[in-house]
Amino acid sequence: MAGIVSFGAYIPMLRLPFAAISGGGRKVASSGGGERAVANFDEDAVTMAVAAATDCLRGIDRASIDGVLFASTSYPYKEKQAASVVAKALDLRRDIATADFGGSLRAGTAALRAALDSVGAGSAKRVLVIASDCRPAAPRSAIERNIGDGAAALLIAGEGVAAEVEGRHTISDELIDVWRLDSDQYVRSWEDRFVVEHGYRDNVVEAVQGLFAKLGRTAKDFTKAALYGPDARSLATAAKALGLDAKTQLQDPLFGKLGNTGAAFAPMLLVAALENAKPGDTLLVASYGDGADAFALRVTDAVKGLTDRRAVRWHLERRAELGDYNTYLKFRNLEPSEFDRRAGAGVSATVHFRDRNEDISFHAQRCRTCGQEQFPFQRVCFGCYTRDDFDEVRLSDRTGKVMSHTFDFFAGSPAPPLIVTMIEADGGARLYLQMTDASATEVKLDLPVEFSFRKVHEYGGTPNYFWKCTPVR
Amino acid sequence: MNPEAIRDKVAIVGMGCCKFGENWDKAPEDMIVEAAFEAYEDAGITEPQKQIEAVFCGAVYPSRGTAEVADSLKLYGRPISMTQNYCATGTDAFRFGVFSVACGLYDTVMVVGFDKPKDRGISGPNVQTAGVRGLPMTPAGWFSLCAARYFETYGASREDLARIAVKNHHNGTLAPKSMLKKEITVEEALNAPIISWPFGLYDCCAQSDGAAVAIITKRELAKSFRDDYVLVKAVAISLEANPQTDPSFDFLRWKPTVSAAQQAYAQAGISKPFEQLDMAQVHDCFTLTELLTYEDLGLCEKGAAKDHIANGTFALDGELPVNTDGGLKTFGHPTGATGVRMIYENYKQLQGKAGDRQVKHRGGMALSHNIGGAPQACGIAIVGRD
Repeated sequence: MAGIVSFGAYIPMLRLPFAAISGGGRKVASSGGGERAVANFDEDAVTMAVAAATDCLRGIDRASIDGVLFASTSYPYKEKQAASVVAKALDLRRDIATADFGGSLRAGTAALRAALDSVGAGSAKRVLVIASDCRPAAPRSAIERNIGDGAAALLIAGEGVAAEVEGRHTISDELIDVWRLDSDQYVRSWEDRFVVEHGYRDNVVEAVQGLFAKLGRTAKDFTKAALYGPDARSLATAAKALGLDAKTQLQDPLFGKLGNTGAAFAPMLLVAALENAKPGDTLLVASYGDGADAFALRVTDAVKGLTDRRAVRWHLERRAELGDYNTYLKFRNLEPSEFDRRAGAGVSATVHFRDRNEDISFHAQRCRTCGQEQFPFQRVCFGCYTRDDFDEVRLSDRTGKVMSHTFDFFAGSPAPPLIVTMIEADGGARLYLQMTDASATEVKLDLPVEFSFRKVHEYGGTPNYFWKCTPVR
Repeated sequence: MNPEAIRDKVAIVGMGCCKFGENWDKAPEDMIVEAAFEAYEDAGITEPQKQIEAVFCGAVYPSRGTAEVADSLKLYGRPISMTQNYCATGTDAFRFGVFSVACGLYDTVMVVGFDKPKDRGISGPNVQTAGVRGLPMTPAGWFSLCAARYFETYGASREDLARIAVKNHHNGTLAPKSMLKKEITVEEALNAPIISWPFGLYDCCAQSDGAAVAIITKRELAKSFRDDYVLVKAVAISLEANPQTDPSFDFLRWKPTVSAAQQAYAQAGISKPFEQLDMAQVHDCFTLTELLTYEDLGLCEKGAAKDHIANGTFALDGELPVNTDGGLKTFGHPTGATGVRMIYENYKQLQGKAGDRQVKHRGGMALSHNIGGAPQACGIAIVGRD
């Protein structure tokens, strides 16, 4: 039966402490010392999706992936697919099915349903589902404190599953709860008590009870429940209505640590449940958004082969505080600046077209004659001067080391200095890369680094992606 | 390469240099005319339209190309070409001029290096963002990339760099045509805002406007212009792989200087540069560039630069004065002009006409050096008295 073969997650390193939210002439209610995950200035839903999928695909042959379903409410483009960018960055085959799911907080589990359907129907063997959100919230609003940025990835297949999907049930509903028009800069919402009572609770309870009825089970039959919740209290209320014991059965919703990751919230909690699951455990998953999706999963022995996933725990432990609220506003382009990061002509589509294998798939080339690896692509080998005799090799899942570095205060960055490094990738290719998610004090010669897909700049108003390096942690 | 093909075949008989600086009130035309007419006067040229047979220009920011020079000087009906070779642009224009005379095609030609970056409305170089890789494209960042590994390997520090800035600032106060005339201290240099580590503000040269001109002729005719002409001993250009791509780069030296020096020394017949050179004008776009150049030119052993800096070897009154006019540090760096401005300084020094900054020398050879790009290109000229 179809299910989850592998899982992965990504949570940005930076945390915004609620105590840091200040200014604007408004008193901000104290929120008990919590924090939320915030994307760095060079991250968005796409870059986080690539990172989560990279975690999910650890040790898995990327040529075996037949499809990518990308789910998000905050993908930067209105028109232009994200799944294809993610697939290219992951260096997947060209003859795969890609699609974006959006428009609803339920997009993540909608993509999961579609992947299960296509695997079940036999149209694909292995489909990658990635949910990622970096939702725009008005500065100092309640939503700003509620949400968190992050991504979760699930590899769906018909065999070799670590968690078998035993059943699912879905509800569709029409309700004005949260929304965002093309013309809206931020997420908007109706009064929260109405949304919780008639949106969230009604739908989740109905979906889960429908699932129970289908399977002939009750809350007691589940080891853990990974349930979407708009906030901790509403989640506890819904859990109680379903007969779940909040203390023992509920997956920690991570409010005050991560935040509500939108379309990636239920998938994120599922990944958190999976990384702690034992063979034989039964998991209940439910999402919410214009209805609700519920799933019942049974964990298999194969889960023991997935212990090297960074998933949720590793990412939660890796944290750095973004203590200055103005810097956060700058990161989100919410503070006027003399130099607009989105100004200028942007990148050339034709140059991008020619350089996609290097810039997006992060390929170097290896000389078939002398073995020298080099980046970017050359026609004539640096090592032996042979013409056009190269194999492409993928650098993105390798590591490297710092050959040299500088801290550039002149180049322009929302968080100066820009750390600029010369990297020698394993294999010998040299790379001139910016370092991200690092402080100047930790940079030193020969520091081991890994690679991360990022927005290298936003000229022309588009996210212009390339790879950066980040210290191995 | 035939190392004899250039040495002593060509003489510099006139040079001119406008005041370098933020020349808000001067167009390229004004600077070119000032430098060219100083060179005419210096060479005793009264009828340039008859006496100058060809013009070789170097500029990185020309607004109108060769016409900018032809129209300024009304030099028409003869070859005028323009070259661009990163920061070695001026030296490369000089090189083509020397070749044209050495091969016997012309008797007397003119070399014009100029640039006018201060019409762009920004104080530093452009931050370019053409694609997504190779960013940031900031010269300070590029040239600082040797610092971390060099410092760790040889125990040098920002203080050694600061001493170079202090020396060049001092020399610049004695050069009438320099832009900055301000003594600084090591402490001031160390405490200045960081531009790109390890470079603080005083480790970086400024951008400025400027033009410099050389009039060169074949050796046989030199005496008809003047007695104290200066001979061209060597002109070399070398390109190396971008250090950001080169899989074999060691971040302890800049390769273009090493390979250009080999060519130049072979042409000039130099085997012991420290002993055979009387002075050098080197490319101090950043202080570390000057430090590495001492070693890359073979003026001292690799790693020994900091000791020589501390001992004053390269000071105005040292054994081998370097950047006697204050260098790029005090003249700024109008890219196309810089190489020719350095030759101007060597020419004046060798003639004993360098005023307050005149160094004692043996009337031997003087070297000028530019390095630019990522860096990838180096130009070297060596001149000397007959």
